Amino acid sequence: MTTPYDVPYMERTRLYYEAQGYTTPYHWAHHDDTPFSQLTKSLPQSRVGLVTTAMPDTEQGRAERKLYSTPSRPVPDSMFTLGLSWHDTVTHTRDVGSFLPIEALLTIESEGGIGSLASHYQSVPTAYSQRQTIEEDAPAIVDLMNKDEVDVAILVPL
Amino acid sequence: MSLVARYLENSGIPTVVVGSALDIIEHVGVPRYLHTDFPLGNPLGTPYDREMQRQHVDMALDLLDKASQANTVSRSPFSWQGDAGWRDDYSRVTDANRAALAAAGEARRAKQRAMKKTNPKQQIPMP
Repeated sequence: MTTPYDVPYMERTRLYYEAQGYTTPYHWAHHDDTPFSQLTKSLPQSRVGLVTTAMPDTEQGRAERKLYSTPSRPVPDSMFTLGLSWHDTVTHTRDVGSFLPIEALLTIESEGGIGSLASHYQSVPTAYSQRQTIEEDAPAIVDLMNKDEVDVAILVPL
Repeated sequence: MSLVARYLENSGIPTVVVGSALDIIEHVGVPRYLHTDFPLGNPLGTPYDREMQRQHVDMALDLLDKASQANTVSRSPFSWQGDAGWRDDYSRVTDANRAALAAAGEARRAKQRAMKKTNPKQQIPMP
């Protein structure tokens, strides 16, 4: 039995791309300060938004990695994850509930643990360009969530 | 995804990230993070284990509710029950796959050059 350790994903990624002949290593954003907002309502009164890195399993979602806003109901029975970085030699993404908690949140909503699940969830591409994320995708998600009257958000990267 | 969390938080929407890449998320810095020690792809737990997945969502909501400062990290008590060697396996470069990776990189760059010609705005995927 090997001793558990936190997988050094940044180092593994750097070495993996280096082995593929990419000479400029990817630089993840790094910040000294992290923003923090307090909840303004209790969870049983809050509307919960949801963001995933998986794309909708539609003709368009499979063809183009970009921001999508998709109705939360009906619960999707598949999502498009091909081409994303996940551990495909040891697991799979056929169970949407293992990475997108729509069904769980609808149950919690029915039990009164949250006010409601947002009408739509967002798929955000894991873009190479941080500018794309900060200047285009993130502001668009805020607009979508504000229109949906979202109070708090759960973000689940694959 | 961490950058999206930061942007939402700055816009007044409190967030919690649930994920399995601790080093990346801590490097970027997010307000609240639930770390689940699972292979990438199943951050909410074992496929089809609804009870475990539900507990992870409950933990995420609890963190959202109770965290009082930025960079609050919580760890799930659950662990991957599959192959114990999964940590060593992810994106490993070895003598056995080195040549194949170099060839795959070259093929990928050729594909990207072709994609750029047809759609200059196409995103290049990254983890």
